[in-house]
Amino acid sequence: MSGPADAIPGRAVHPAERNEWRAGLLFISPWLVGFVVFLLLPGAMTLFYSLTEYSVLEPPIFAGFENYAGLFRDPVFWKVLRNTLVYTAITVPVSTVVAIAIACLLNSGVRFSAFWRAVVFLPSLVPLVASAMVWMWIFNGELGLLNAALDPVLGVVGAVIGRDVLAPNWLGSPAWIMPALILMSLWSIGNAVVIYLAALQDVPAALYEAAAIDGVRPLGRFRHVTLPMISPVVLFNVIVGLIAAWQVFAVPYVLLGAAGGPDRAGYFYTTYLYDNAFSYTRMGYASAMAWVQLLVILVLTGVTMLLSKRFVYYRGA
Amino acid sequence: MRSKRSTRVVLNLTIVVVGLVYALPLIWMLSTSLKPVEQTMSVPPTLLPTPVLDTPRYAVENYIGSVDAEGNPVTRGVWTDPVVDFPLFLRNSILVAILSVSGMVVSSAIVAYGFARVRWRGRGVVFGVLLATMMIPFPVLMGPLYVLFKELGWIGTFRPLWVPSWFAGAFNVFLLRQFYMTIPREIDEAARIDGCSHWSTFVHVILPLSRPALAVVALLQFIAVWNDFLGPLVFLQRQDQFTLALGLALYQSQGGNVPWNLLMAASVLVLSPVLIVFVITQRTFVEGIATQGLKE
Repeated sequence: MSGPADAIPGRAVHPAERNEWRAGLLFISPWLVGFVVFLLLPGAMTLFYSLTEYSVLEPPIFAGFENYAGLFRDPVFWKVLRNTLVYTAITVPVSTVVAIAIACLLNSGVRFSAFWRAVVFLPSLVPLVASAMVWMWIFNGELGLLNAALDPVLGVVGAVIGRDVLAPNWLGSPAWIMPALILMSLWSIGNAVVIYLAALQDVPAALYEAAAIDGVRPLGRFRHVTLPMISPVVLFNVIVGLIAAWQVFAVPYVLLGAAGGPDRAGYFYTTYLYDNAFSYTRMGYASAMAWVQLLVILVLTGVTMLLSKRFVYYRGA
Repeated sequence: MRSKRSTRVVLNLTIVVVGLVYALPLIWMLSTSLKPVEQTMSVPPTLLPTPVLDTPRYAVENYIGSVDAEGNPVTRGVWTDPVVDFPLFLRNSILVAILSVSGMVVSSAIVAYGFARVRWRGRGVVFGVLLATMMIPFPVLMGPLYVLFKELGWIGTFRPLWVPSWFAGAFNVFLLRQFYMTIPREIDEAARIDGCSHWSTFVHVILPLSRPALAVVALLQFIAVWNDFLGPLVFLQRQDQFTLALGLALYQSQGGNVPWNLLMAASVLVLSPVLIVFVITQRTFVEGIATQGLKE
């Protein structure tokens, strides 16, 4: 990243350099303006609102840290924090394992792999509202496809243990909402699969050959060649996945209604933030939630990056 | 070598099963959308409507609706539903998509040139800031953005959904900058020596060579806008301005009694433009996604 200043030693600002500087700023100016207006400004506004009581209709009243203190006393806040943490803590690792497994399968020389790649990728393009719609239908307790498939299996299980085993009413029972949402999230991991597949194809074949000659068995090759080689991509996908999972909104909102289903079992951080800002017009409180959310995401990302230092291998580094 | 053949059979079988599991929800969506309502409730569920030859008639009834000889509606169809105006939502979605996609492509292409080809002090730091903004989630900013757009008089218009796209997106700038850097410097330096300004170098040299990357940006932005739910939910207020994603949710919530076959037909309607774009551009698409991970 050496500027033209290096080419002209002894002079701080050369006219040519000033021209380049002006050209550079002009080119990036659209982003710069957008950054200030749509990011820095609202960011500062949230910080300010978070210290006030603000109903949007009337001017904000300064309230100090009352909103932040209120979060700690709010059982719904703890509920959404817990739900969101559980959802993130399960979906991210599970979807990482499933996505890598499918990518390896696609990379193992199976027939029509380009076709299957498209089939697995396609669901990640389906508008979330539309996928919520079809899964609502699949999860339906009486007529849903999932229970139609489970019923015969559970019938056999029930006959063996001598007791009736009933398929769950997925979206109707608090205990089954989270498993249903997690199961559904595995349907839209196509993006990650495609990225992993590209990384797998990028691993030099010579490494596998060398390992095979040394007598390393397939599982060992995966552990000692594949994983280190794709580890930077794993890190990338995990961070993207963490940030996305923490923001989950559209699917539970449409699937379970605005309240998150029975016992608020599917009520998440962003849903509660949305409700505070727009349904209860408590913009100050919502803003405090927003800053806490940003903090959580920064901490999650930071911790992941730190942990990754031990596991991620960078080629050429 | 004996085990190799059986391994291959197992792998091929596994991918077929995995593929079917991933395809099934979409197949089920389509199949339900082609059945009359009584057949959606059959136990056990059937894959095809019965009789199969009546499928085109069911399709017309569910997707368009049917009228009697005097033109009075007999069955309710998604396209002609009197309560939820899908043709209008489709028009709204297309309008927002065109304005947003064009803005994103143009602005990101310009900004990426400033980061890839102009050398200026502080460039590295500013680029780092740009990358860092990718981590900031929309929900964190949506409250004050609403207040801001309200002050500007934009609430009740489409502007909150497309104007910000004209100020470049961090990820797209990153993607295009990576692509520009693969174009040999000799090409545009020759143009610069011939007296071309940065702007004409950008327009006449870099842009024509970057079509594939620009297509990827357009595709990603199209999908993002088409699928966006939270943005329209926050910023749109009048029902006649709803986009398809929002309209579909409205369709489901109104009265809460929409039959499954119509809900699935409406979902197919919302999904089909994305599907068409995907089928036409599959290669560009998948390769564009694949580059996301190649950050280092």
